[in-house]
Amino acid sequence: MIRNKLYPLSFILPALVLYLLLFIMPSVLGIWFSFTDWNRYSPDIHFVGFDNFRTLFTSSKDYSGYILNTLLFTVVSNVVKIVPALFLALFLNGAMKGRNVYRAIFFLPAVLSFLVVGLIFRSVLHPSHGLLNQFFMAVQLPFLAGKWLADPTWVWPSIFLVDAWKGIGYVMTIFLAGLQSIPLDYYDAANIDGAGYWQKLRAVTLPMLVPAITVNVVFGLTYGLKVFDIIYVLTNGGPGRMTEVINTAVFNEFASGTYGLGTALSTLLFVVMAIVGIPLIRYMTAKEVEV
Amino acid sequence: MKKRRFAVAIAKQIFAVALSLTIIMPFVIILINSLKTRTGALLMDLSLPKVPVWQNYQVVVERGKLFISFFNSLLYATVSTLGTVVLTALAAYVMSRRRTRLTRFLYSFIVFGIMLPTNFVALIKVMQLFGLINTRVGIIAFYIASNTAFATFIIYGFVSSIPRAMDESAAIDGAKPLRLFFSIIFPLLQPVLVTTAVLTFLGIWNDFITPLYLLNRSTAWPMTLSIYSFFGRFQQDWNLVFADIVLTCVPVMAIYLVGQRYIVQGMTAGAVKG
Repeated sequence: MIRNKLYPLSFILPALVLYLLLFIMPSVLGIWFSFTDWNRYSPDIHFVGFDNFRTLFTSSKDYSGYILNTLLFTVVSNVVKIVPALFLALFLNGAMKGRNVYRAIFFLPAVLSFLVVGLIFRSVLHPSHGLLNQFFMAVQLPFLAGKWLADPTWVWPSIFLVDAWKGIGYVMTIFLAGLQSIPLDYYDAANIDGAGYWQKLRAVTLPMLVPAITVNVVFGLTYGLKVFDIIYVLTNGGPGRMTEVINTAVFNEFASGTYGLGTALSTLLFVVMAIVGIPLIRYMTAKEVEV
Repeated sequence: MKKRRFAVAIAKQIFAVALSLTIIMPFVIILINSLKTRTGALLMDLSLPKVPVWQNYQVVVERGKLFISFFNSLLYATVSTLGTVVLTALAAYVMSRRRTRLTRFLYSFIVFGIMLPTNFVALIKVMQLFGLINTRVGIIAFYIASNTAFATFIIYGFVSSIPRAMDESAAIDGAKPLRLFFSIIFPLLQPVLVTTAVLTFLGIWNDFITPLYLLNRSTAWPMTLSIYSFFGRFQQDWNLVFADIVLTCVPVMAIYLVGQRYIVQGMTAGAVKG
């Protein structure tokens, strides 16, 4: 009894109420709005069944392409960050001069906003004067210079490059924290058994890094599926609409006043992330109970 | 053998320096060119300006409304961070101490929010409903709500590391729950609260999409939104855009240099436990 008095449930209320009203309610209401013709131009909202979803999958505006782009971004952007970041972490975990300085430098872009990073790279990738093209000119490889953000062949690689520039240090830092928690005896034992670099990586390092890998994958998935800022600032969905993703398309619908369609796209994302999220969150919270 | 080890060490240094340069060079270019004239900055090269044009910064602060948006960013980030930390610490503390089916369910339900996207279009309708649209209170309340899931997750795990005996002895001394929490538990949670606060603060300071949807008065804009609008208006004046980027980066970089340990700790929380 004393327990219940000490830990009143009312302590949960303020956070729970705010969370329910401003975080859960929009998503739930959004599900309802996605079945309506809600728009800027008429005061009435009518139920229209699955019309919006039919539009999403059959319209000439290629919404399914935006959904595919979102999935492409989620997969590729994470692979090109997580794999190099792992090796970078292994590299900086070894003994070397100045490794703390390097760690600090690599992590630096993580504290900047995607917006600022996007603007910085609008300049670096500038077709005529940008740093990258000037570099190619200077090293006598002018044929490598390109219109990075306007050329359909190069626009996705450019986006992934900028995203990696900003994000690798963060992923690396999480791996470093994981690496530091591995007891050194494990490597001593592996050395005695005569294990080589790759064997040690496969048999000791990777299994011990599972928590860090999980965190990077969970963060990477949520980041990738929700991506907005970096695309909006770098290409705004262009050239044409070939780099449009779900959240930039939602913003376009919002800007043009077709709210019903916008919420339908958001709801689609919500459902996908909820399905992906339930087992991941189960896993994360189950770990807590064991502690 | 010794020679070879030396060669490897040199190769490692060259590799690390080259990578560091790819991070640093863009900043150097921006810094140098923010002090050039309009035509000089268009070339975006590494030559130093003949005469540094400090007026660029003055123009940016005045035309880009930097003071007011700096104040807005600071207000949103500080108040939302304090709100998030206090409210989620209260909730996480009770949910962790009093484990019943209800509190376990609530905990999973709240943490589930980590994975959920925000439906901004519908959020606008909800904000209108509560009369919070386009207000500073509204955006702060939303920031607290949207950071609740992650903050609860980080703090909850830490609460169980504080011995219950602390609570019980205070209770025997007759402390009321709220007093017990703020005078005993809250200070003991300090490490995890600093971590949570740093993360929440940076996230809000760097946020762009929320004010883009929720605030259409330019006087309420945070830094991110005003620099974006500035870029839209002065796209040809790279010297001014660069000066604006420098001014936007300086506060976060200063915080990073001072509080690097906390930031890295905060951002890697959860990566190693479990």
